Amino acid sequence: MRDNRRTRLVLALLLLTAFTLITLDYRANGGGAFGSARRTASSWFGPVERVAADVVRPVRHAVQAIGSIGSNSAKVRDLQKQVSSLQQQLRNIPFDEHRVDELDKLLRESRVGQYKLVYAQVIAVAAADGFEWTATIDAGSMDGLKPDMTVLNGDGLVGRTTIVGTSTSTVLLAIDPQFHVGVQLADGQTAVVSGRQKADMSLELIDPSARVKPGDGLVTRGSTDQTPFVAGVQVGSVVSATHPLAGEVQTGSVKPYVDFSALDLVGVVVQPPRTDPRDALLASPVPTVTVTATVTASPTAPASAPASGSTQSLVTRSATSSHTAASTTRSSPKPSIKPSSKPSSQPSVTPAPNPTPTPNPTPAAPAAGSTGGAGG
Amino acid sequence: MQLGLVVVLVLLAAVVNSVVLAPLDLPGSPPNVLLLVVAALALVLGPVGGAFIGFFAGLAADVLPPADHLIGRYALVLCLIGYLVGLLREEARDSVLLALVSVAIAAGVATLLYGLLGGVLSDGRVGVHALVTTVPYSIVYDVILAPFVVPWIMSLARRTQPQVVHK
Repeated sequence: MRDNRRTRLVLALLLLTAFTLITLDYRANGGGAFGSARRTASSWFGPVERVAADVVRPVRHAVQAIGSIGSNSAKVRDLQKQVSSLQQQLRNIPFDEHRVDELDKLLRESRVGQYKLVYAQVIAVAAADGFEWTATIDAGSMDGLKPDMTVLNGDGLVGRTTIVGTSTSTVLLAIDPQFHVGVQLADGQTAVVSGRQKADMSLELIDPSARVKPGDGLVTRGSTDQTPFVAGVQVGSVVSATHPLAGEVQTGSVKPYVDFSALDLVGVVVQPPRTDPRDALLASPVPTVTVTATVTASPTAPASAPASGSTQSLVTRSATSSHTAASTTRSSPKPSIKPSSKPSSQPSVTPAPNPTPTPNPTPAAPAAGSTGGAGG
Repeated sequence: MQLGLVVVLVLLAAVVNSVVLAPLDLPGSPPNVLLLVVAALALVLGPVGGAFIGFFAGLAADVLPPADHLIGRYALVLCLIGYLVGLLREEARDSVLLALVSVAIAAGVATLLYGLLGGVLSDGRVGVHALVTTVPYSIVYDVILAPFVVPWIMSLARRTQPQVVHK
């Protein structure tokens, strides 16, 4: 059967149908029959993807491990150094434990930025020829998710939910060009950050007289009714900024804290914080767990680690020890942001047996990917 | 060619795309197995079969999570790709090379069309830069993958459809 009138007619009809669908969906704007088609597809196909992801994940991790053998040996050396200094600290632990409990309780009471999180695993990533940056997570309306909820992980803002199926949902990642979020700097200036695919995110200040400089940290400003964005989630740090003339709006680029190439475990904010933490969260920068230099032999009372005594919490605790001073003196008028340290005092995304655990203000415990080795 | 087999192949390709290939985070655009499946089936079934399979495979890619674009966009692109590749059925019967070349062209055209369609529909994600960086990558990736996917699916399709119409 070669190209003839009949085949061309069939093609024309199919193309016309496709174009009609596009037009209708464009007009429905994600709602109506098309929205429910997407939700139905998510409900039916999500579980399939979930199973497939479970099968594939060990293989993928193994491949990633092979790829990082070279960098692993250096990491092992660093970790060994860390272990030896941690062992010293371990002897001090019983004395500190009681104080930690007390402090922890206090912090929980007074802590701003208490989100209620639902934890989820990223099971699929969009494959739309590299134009689209979305992901499927294995939590849906069954778990209390709704469209337009903030998604974050231990490092910071991941994105927001768009289509919510029964047991899976789609997340628009923060690096998608259609993603825009209002952010706030430590001194209260506001700006809009937009995704630019694999490049650093773009930053545009609102106030023409406001200025930022590289190294400044950004948190979400919070949307009306905390939807889609709750306030106070770490977004990234400014890496470059233009030098505009007076009266011109400054722009720049922002490096997100989250590593979008290795998304694994994320948390969805199902219940926003009672009070708006705003820049309170910016004022306490914390070195990440992977920072190996700041481990001291005599920790001052660690701020927040859960008193479970596991190795993982030990690592976290050691990394926080230098942060304690910063967070207790948070009321100091000038919050200092060290460019090298990564502020991450939002709830960590560590899986817990409790389905909806109260988030503790532990700084980014090794949540996923490369930092995962620190716990084991 | 059984309908069930086509459906299974298309869904399998969609899963492999979003669960296996896209999370690899390769530079440029991820490889697209669904396109290879459509091209391979079209090379066996001809233009009409190719157009139909392309349309419905594209529709699946538009709806299945985590897709987040206008429904019908991939359907339009893959329908056209299925038709065009299907036109080469007679020629591709004897030449593996031609089959591979047609798949390579199809990969480039599909990415380009999908991107341009985004531009027409004022999808903020598509710019000249995005197109320039993704099209070459998608061609390279799909050509690398094609020898592992296309002959296998073509022989599977031929076996389940022994009475190929010769004209």
